[in-house]
Amino acid sequence: MMRTVTYLILLAIGLLLPHFVYPVLLMKILCFAIFACAFNLLLGFSGLLSFGHAAFFGGAAYIAGYLIKNLELPTIIGILGGVLFTALLGWLVGLLAIRRQGIYFAMVTLALAQMIYFICLEAPITGGEDGMQGIPRGNLFGLSLQSDLTLYYVVLAGFIFAFLLIYRTIHSPFGQVLKAIRENEPRAISLGYDVSKYKLLAFVLSASISGFAGILKMLVFNFATLTDVHWHMSGDVVLMTIFGGIGTILGPVVGSTIIIGLEDQLADSAGDMVTVIMGAIFVVCVLIFRKGIVGESVALYQRMLGRKNLT
Amino acid sequence: MIEIFGVPLMALYSQLMLGLVNGSFYALLSLGLAVIFGMLNIINFAHGALYMIGAFCAWMLLSKFNIGYFEALLITPLILGLIGVIIERLLLKWLYQVDHLYGLLLTFGLALIFEGYFRSQFGVSGETYDIPEILDGPVNLGFMVIPKYRLWVIFLSLIVCVLTWFMVEKTRLGSYLRAATENPKLTQAFGINVPLMVMLTYGFGVALAGFAGVMAAPIYQVSPLMGSHLIIVVFAVVVIGGMGSISGAIISGLGLGIIEGLTKVFYPPLSSTVVFIIMAIVLIFRPAGLFGREK
Amino acid sequence: MTKYKKSTLKSIVVASLLALGVQQSAQAQISDNVVKIGVLTDMSGPYSDFSGKGSITATQMAITDFENKYHPKFKIEMVTADHQDKADITSNKAREWFDREHVDMITDLVSSIAGLSAMKVAKEKNKIVIITGAGSSKITNEGCNDVTVHYVYDTYATGQGTAKAVVKQGGKTWFFLTADYVFGHSLENDATKAIKAAGGQVLGSVSHPFPSRDLSSYLLKAQASGAQIVGLANAGDDTINSIKQAAEFGITPKQHLAALLIFISDVHSVGLKQTQGMYLTTGFYWDRTPESRAFSKRYFEKMHKMPSMNQAGVYSAVMHYLEAVQSTGSDDTKTVMTQMKKTPINDFYAQNGHIREDGRMVYDMYLAQVKKPSESKYPWDYYNILATIPASEAFQPLSESTCPLVKK
Repeated sequence: MMRTVTYLILLAIGLLLPHFVYPVLLMKILCFAIFACAFNLLLGFSGLLSFGHAAFFGGAAYIAGYLIKNLELPTIIGILGGVLFTALLGWLVGLLAIRRQGIYFAMVTLALAQMIYFICLEAPITGGEDGMQGIPRGNLFGLSLQSDLTLYYVVLAGFIFAFLLIYRTIHSPFGQVLKAIRENEPRAISLGYDVSKYKLLAFVLSASISGFAGILKMLVFNFATLTDVHWHMSGDVVLMTIFGGIGTILGPVVGSTIIIGLEDQLADSAGDMVTVIMGAIFVVCVLIFRKGIVGESVALYQRMLGRKNLT
Repeated sequence: MIEIFGVPLMALYSQLMLGLVNGSFYALLSLGLAVIFGMLNIINFAHGALYMIGAFCAWMLLSKFNIGYFEALLITPLILGLIGVIIERLLLKWLYQVDHLYGLLLTFGLALIFEGYFRSQFGVSGETYDIPEILDGPVNLGFMVIPKYRLWVIFLSLIVCVLTWFMVEKTRLGSYLRAATENPKLTQAFGINVPLMVMLTYGFGVALAGFAGVMAAPIYQVSPLMGSHLIIVVFAVVVIGGMGSISGAIISGLGLGIIEGLTKVFYPPLSSTVVFIIMAIVLIFRPAGLFGREK
Repeated sequence: MTKYKKSTLKSIVVASLLALGVQQSAQAQISDNVVKIGVLTDMSGPYSDFSGKGSITATQMAITDFENKYHPKFKIEMVTADHQDKADITSNKAREWFDREHVDMITDLVSSIAGLSAMKVAKEKNKIVIITGAGSSKITNEGCNDVTVHYVYDTYATGQGTAKAVVKQGGKTWFFLTADYVFGHSLENDATKAIKAAGGQVLGSVSHPFPSRDLSSYLLKAQASGAQIVGLANAGDDTINSIKQAAEFGITPKQHLAALLIFISDVHSVGLKQTQGMYLTTGFYWDRTPESRAFSKRYFEKMHKMPSMNQAGVYSAVMHYLEAVQSTGSDDTKTVMTQMKKTPINDFYAQNGHIREDGRMVYDMYLAQVKKPSESKYPWDYYNILATIPASEAFQPLSESTCPLVKK
């Protein structure tokens, strides 16, 4: 009951917010929130740390941009095409990466993503360092996306869709198996689960949703650039997830809101120290704040409840 | 003139030597990563940044204290080793009880801090470090003319690699180290100070990165970003070689340097991705890496 | 409903403005009597050495000098931010500045991606951007619009300017080292065309990945080609490493390097020993005239570095903009743009300068050669200016432009 109320309040805030806060910034936050949630599906609920998720986020943006701008296809085809492409890419990368575990998995995904970065840099269609510029937003179901406010509600709808999809996945039998694998892989194997298949499926799902997030971001800003495929982006999404709380439902949303908001603020004040500050947040999170904001808050809340029950 | 696929044999030899120079750096860096991984079970993401700090350290010694290249080759690894010990004692120590992935994330954060700081202090185009006079100029090997300094890099890194291999595999200290890697609790019970060994190992690995940094300073621009481009390739090298053995890290480092060099001759557009492609192929056929054991 | 309200509001405002307009002087046309200039630059990334803090300092100097000279009735304010070379941050910041902070003009914009994305936002919001940092020739070609001025240089000017001038100096045979992405290839293409037109010959080229730490393999190919000139169609660290390693392998001084895009900050960081003899094109050299020296020395006192062409260019651009505001008494985009395009530019920075219809500011550029260490008499004494490339030849002719604003 309380959970439903919380979500309803959040939804109401989401609907009203663009009238108070700058909608483009909000859309950016929502896109990263989707990205971080997709990433969390993998790290938080399957225990796989991918250090190459930027490849899906940025790669999908390029493919969708190519479909919409160069081939002049409708926006919806661009979105579907981009997502399909990332699913395929995720399947290929996943197939290789899940052959190793833990740290190796992280390194393999990082290296493969770097390869995709080089391809994006050199391919003629991507525009190299200039990026793919001037991609039109077009129409979706007869609705023109030109106004920021309209697009905001579309992105919000996209976010809710992705969020529910991830939520359902985690609470489905499939999600339970993933958790079992995360907790104890040998036991899951001995119980007769085809662990590799589950991991691969989770990887493909996470990659596709990340791609979806990247495409939405491309539509918001009308361009796809190398920044989104760079390994720093892969690092950013890890940071958002940890900062918000690994393995919590709302953590990645909180994390991405704060990190993107911070990045926006720091652009004016901190100048050249942005990277240092991001690095420091990373270190602090890992050392003393491993549950993240949401995780720590929940723990605090439970401790307070526990104390109440005692007295 | 003898030619292979339209490339004169002479030119091919030259490119092989150049590949070997790059391979020397891969070998030194992946060696450091392997030594650290063996003992601490973490991948040191800050390795590239520490290599960069090594190069800057050499530059500062020269420009601020007028301490030359050869002295810097000794002093810099000591300074970097100390930095490594401080990092281990202050930060990494707290993470041994949790998932090893946190070690990776912590060192990633450190890499960002180091790079960002140096960037704001020294700018991006970086600083120049001259080749020491005695090693300046070319030498004619008969089949090619190569700068003396490049030969020196190959020679010195091979010595360091062999010494490290000897120390880990053949000495008493090395056997303690390997024992502590296999079973820290039991080793501790035998009266060996395992935390001390962990600390020194990390310091040693970082010192190796610093050493590579000093060697790189005269040929590559000393710039804050010099490590971050390199480190991901070195990760791929490590995945290809596998973390099983010290010699594996050395051989795969040198080997991939040569393969990359050959790609630059025959098909330059592929040279930035060839290491990653090899990694993908190795993962298909030998997931544990060429020299690795599955743990 | 809201639409209705807005339009009523608008008509009230318009009506009252009309009523006031009769007695008001020209100053009233400057919105809230403040001219606000935004410096959006790279504070920490690969371009920060030749823009960044230096550009902010130069802008501040221009504002102060302007105030001392004209004692304007309006206030001038400056805001700054770091675009981190990311398109989304640039675009976000530019929107916010135009919408919320009432910024009238944004300048610097040092990476191509920042320049291209900011000019799109400016068009949408009908505000001015003056790009001094970015070099993409797209800005005044397919990407051009009527609210953008491209002030300092572009890859066409530095690439083909250098190529043409070097061939004239006798460097007939060329070999290119090209960074393997759009930027590198367009530099190479522009330069190749110029070389052929001037009667030179391109013996070959090799593409190297971007970024490349080790360029020695490619340099050996350049050496084997026997070309007189090795053209560096790359930028930043790649150029610096090419220069260092060319010296190491004894390629220079037997063959000469020609950097198609390089800044004085790069030459400063590599040092004369290794860059000596290199050809380059620049729009500004601090030690060229008494005026440029006077500005640069004042700048040096603040930054302890000599200004790059970009940093000096920001000063000139901001001054030109403010003078246009002063003489029209307006900060309206169209009025100011028209005035800026109408007025020729002749200051310590630019000679024979004017802004063309495609937004390109054309002015005399210079072919320079880096001095030998023995010729350098004092700090930052780096270049010999060999030739002036007149404004009419330095930039892409309008007849080749793909900008839709150019009437043909």
